[in-house]
Amino acid sequence: MKKLSLAKLYDFFAAIAAKEALYLPVNNEVGKAEYKRWSEGVELSHQLNTLRSAKDFFFPQTENLMEFKMEGKKIDIIDTREACDDFVIFGVRACDAASFDILDRVYLVDPVDSYYKNRREHGTVITHACGKPAETCFCGTFGIDAADPKGDITVWDVEDGYVFRANTEKGEKLMAATADLFEDTDDKAVKAEQDKVREILAKMPLADLTTEGVGAGLTKEVFDRPEWASLSESCLGCGTCTFVCPTCQCYDIRDFDTGHGIQRFRCWDSCMYSDFTKMSAGQPRPTQLERFRQRFMHKLVYFPDNNDGVFGCVGCGRCLSRCPISMNIVKVMKTLAKGGNK
Amino acid sequence: MEETLIPYAGIVTKITGQTPDVKTFRVEAPEGGKLFEHKPGQCAMLSVPGVSEAMISITSSPTNKEYMEFSVKKCGCLSGWLHGMDEGQMITVRGPYGRPFPVDDELAGKNLVFVAGGIGLAPLRSVINYVRDNRDKYGRVDIIYGSRSKDDLVYYDEIVSEWMNTPDFHVHLTIDREQEGWDGHVGFVPNYIEEVGLNPINTCALMCGPPIMIKFSLPNLLKVGFDKTQIYTTMELRMKCGIGKCGRCNIGNKYVCKDGPVFRFDQLDELPGEY
Repeated sequence: MKKLSLAKLYDFFAAIAAKEALYLPVNNEVGKAEYKRWSEGVELSHQLNTLRSAKDFFFPQTENLMEFKMEGKKIDIIDTREACDDFVIFGVRACDAASFDILDRVYLVDPVDSYYKNRREHGTVITHACGKPAETCFCGTFGIDAADPKGDITVWDVEDGYVFRANTEKGEKLMAATADLFEDTDDKAVKAEQDKVREILAKMPLADLTTEGVGAGLTKEVFDRPEWASLSESCLGCGTCTFVCPTCQCYDIRDFDTGHGIQRFRCWDSCMYSDFTKMSAGQPRPTQLERFRQRFMHKLVYFPDNNDGVFGCVGCGRCLSRCPISMNIVKVMKTLAKGGNK
Repeated sequence: MEETLIPYAGIVTKITGQTPDVKTFRVEAPEGGKLFEHKPGQCAMLSVPGVSEAMISITSSPTNKEYMEFSVKKCGCLSGWLHGMDEGQMITVRGPYGRPFPVDDELAGKNLVFVAGGIGLAPLRSVINYVRDNRDKYGRVDIIYGSRSKDDLVYYDEIVSEWMNTPDFHVHLTIDREQEGWDGHVGFVPNYIEEVGLNPINTCALMCGPPIMIKFSLPNLLKVGFDKTQIYTTMELRMKCGIGKCGRCNIGNKYVCKDGPVFRFDQLDELPGEY
């Protein structure tokens, strides 16, 4: 482990930014944290987490996939892919770091999504252990340790600075390139910080939330639960939950005529929307009940089914604070746990 | 690096009107020949850039080495555009996607029963012509095919001139209502299943058609002695990616584009009835 003194944090940022793009959470004009590119004078936000998740770095809200030139009856397909430049994200929390593993399970399995893979290969993730978890946090429910996040490098706040630990080859490379800023240290201060955080986590309102009643192999039991009707009753179908969710990965593909060619682009989509599954021949999810159920079945049953029991939620709590009708995955899980068949 | 979302451009070299609202499009690579190989029951994403992209079953048999064919019913954005275009037009194609009918595994050596309604014959035609081209590998073939009227029977000329003249092929056509110039069977496909005298022993059934036909045909196949493990169908849901990533064509934990579109009925029973 290596220690960076408080005074040298911005020297570290400058050293990275001299070579590649560095992104970190910054307070915006309305006081919310969002990822911004760092340059001299930009200050790191001290809020627990960003309004939007970090998935944009690897799975952006919109991206161009290819272009077409149409001339008479002829179509030219133009592959517009380019190698991504190296970049570093600093300050990713444990939940968002875990979401990358979930996105990997979708986009890096055969056939690999080359757009995602390109960015994933060129991005280095520096995670920041949570010092003050929030009341909406429940990453522990899914086995994520906020005091010991994954990532290429993990950073802890300690009394007089930061302790860094490289976890991967990418992380080691970045630490080696900035070695002169660091001094050697042992793990005592980190252990103390972790003990403190874990003590706070144990007292959090959602500390007791379990995955009882959901998980792999429970499709029939959970799908037919009568409670879906009351749970989904007030859902507006606005899709906010899917847009702030770090693990929601559904997308749409559409074409746009630029006037000098057709751009085929991909953008985030939401299973909460009625036209998500609508066909000229019919609609398999005709009401908000089916659409609402799909979102939670996917995260809590179908995804674990197909991914060795791993849940499609990381407990970041964004949907808890953003849903306009205060419905969320925690309420769904608590309801399903009551009187479940497991 | 390979990227399955990036399509090939193909030329539509022939357009054949099948019924008032179904046309068959022959697609070849610009340099001639097929864009890619496939297996019976697999699908491809067809697109006209700026219009839309949609998943369409490949109706030609893989034994056809010169071109691929797609039969499209006019009912939406892309299909409407395709119906309005001329031969020689390029479109884009990517695939093949999905699991095919198990023609070389579970279906090999079996008697086959095909049950189809309307445009539902399109994906089965790939299997039927594959079987014709590998005639010694399969037993007796029964084809029960119905549509609203004679004019709505797709591939009618091919059925009459080729399928009906293939050894041990028994074609049973039916239309919903009496029609002038039709002296064949009149009635719905599900009822006809019971009337043609099928033998379920060492036989597999392959079924595709409108949901209402499937709904009433399945119990009748069971009634004449078939087990759900002997009956296959091919599903259709809205798709964007074709590779199990865009998230919309799932039935439970299965993606129709990747884990289907071919399912056996005992496998479908394991999934929620959300289709």
